[in-house]
Amino acid sequence: MAGGAPISQNDPRLAWPLALVFLVLFVAPLAMLLALSLQGPQGGALGVGQYARFLGDLFSLGVLGGTLWLGVKVTLLCLLLGYPLAWLYVRAPAGLRGPMMLVILLPLLTSVVVRTFAWIVILGRQGIVNETLMGLGLTATPLKLLYTDGGLVVALAQVQMPLMVLPLINSLFRVDPNLADASAILGAGAWRGFFRVLLPLTLPGIIAGCLLTYAGAITAFITQSLVGGGQMLFMPGYLYQQASTLQDWPFAAAIAMIFLVAVLAVVSVFNTLGRLSRGYAQA
Amino acid sequence: MAVRQQRGWEAYSFQAVMVVLAVLALVLLVAPTLVVLVVSMTSSYSLRFPPPGYSLKWYVALLDAWQLHFAAWNSLQVAFWTTLLSVVLGVAASLGIARSATLTSRVLDSLFMSPLVLPALAFGLASLMFFTAVGLPVSATTLVLGHTVVCVPYVVRNTVAALAQMDPTLMEASASLGAGRWFTFRRVTLPLIRPGIIAGGFICFMASFDNVPVSLFLRDAATDMLPIRMWQDLEGRLDVTIAALSGVLIVATSALLLLMERFTGLSRRLGG
Repeated sequence: MAGGAPISQNDPRLAWPLALVFLVLFVAPLAMLLALSLQGPQGGALGVGQYARFLGDLFSLGVLGGTLWLGVKVTLLCLLLGYPLAWLYVRAPAGLRGPMMLVILLPLLTSVVVRTFAWIVILGRQGIVNETLMGLGLTATPLKLLYTDGGLVVALAQVQMPLMVLPLINSLFRVDPNLADASAILGAGAWRGFFRVLLPLTLPGIIAGCLLTYAGAITAFITQSLVGGGQMLFMPGYLYQQASTLQDWPFAAAIAMIFLVAVLAVVSVFNTLGRLSRGYAQA
Repeated sequence: MAVRQQRGWEAYSFQAVMVVLAVLALVLLVAPTLVVLVVSMTSSYSLRFPPPGYSLKWYVALLDAWQLHFAAWNSLQVAFWTTLLSVVLGVAASLGIARSATLTSRVLDSLFMSPLVLPALAFGLASLMFFTAVGLPVSATTLVLGHTVVCVPYVVRNTVAALAQMDPTLMEASASLGAGRWFTFRRVTLPLIRPGIIAGGFICFMASFDNVPVSLFLRDAATDMLPIRMWQDLEGRLDVTIAALSGVLIVATSALLLLMERFTGLSRRLGG
């Protein structure tokens, strides 16, 4: 026992097997991806030719911009609907919370292909939206909803919503209920109290939820390809197309690296905001 | 008087807006699942909603869909081995890094969590390049290895959280009573963190069973995986058999979810 770690601390060496697996199967492949992306078009000398090709091409830049913008739209819709849902959940009687939680959790664990398939049925020419609109006489011919930007944003918002709602619920439970009463007694109206007290106090949850939803939405290859269709190309589809169909591995590697860096940049911005907001929420 | 009335109206409008948006969110979350269940019981050959009539013939057709059986069996096997490997490696690693403030532990924790935010498709491509470079042909083994990297974070996260909630004095008490580390682990630590491990293993299994981005690159031609088979079927023609299969998956997932919620309090763990 002499000089050893306290008994409540397990042996750190237990982490070595998984660390080794990650070193070989995660870090090494990513390093190889980086190396391949720096290869010339004919396997020549090292260079940034593949990156120049991507960054000098308006089509590629459009795909990157479109992907990042898609994430913003989905995240905002998730926040707009997810925050009230989390708000209602923490105020609901205990008996209602169980069923509500099941409704929130089920989409998270249901296969993404199944969830996306549901949207094909809903948005299709003979789907529920078009049948309702035609039944009400609002439109004579079925609207094109599938393979449109709006349809994709709604479908992705549904697929990613649980990732927004869960951190928000967690965050809302931590807010001292007395604060809302205090703000009301001091004369702040409901809307003012919400925007000035509740929203700032739950900022850590909002940021955590936004991070998860955003990262999920921009990398959601299956939903993007099935609901977006062939007309709309986003970074995951672009990467897959170059790697699989065109077999252009160096360019696919460069796309993958650019996408990785973009996601990492977003993650670090959110993490920094999260640290700042936690300081603010606890002050 | 006027002020109070205004405040009452304001509170009312605020609550009305929040409740309407929340109900909209609930409908949005639930509707797709219900639509799939209803459409899967259609009697017609199209995915028209609402269906013109009801029958279970597509579920019967599912019994003969051997391509889907084959793909489902592959996916179940890969998910099983991935979960086994992830639980063994992940629980050991969690014991090593939990409750530790050293730089190594924090770096390892970030490393083990990073597959959760990185685009899985980029990792899939990188793995294919890696296995090609070291001369290992893609097979069921490479699939399990690739899946383990992207699914083990769920085990680590849930086990570390369970360990963090454990009272450390319990381990000290066990030691002071003369129990060795292994005995303390088996009789004190493990029973306390078991629900966390089971919840993590369950999410890990579901993530592997549903994985497309990594499987797309790491499977060989003989290893057809269920989500990929379904995705390709949907890209081609809209087959009602897929609706019946979706119905089966929804019912199975709901049953497992209820079971897990009952025994591990899954929803509390996912909130963190």
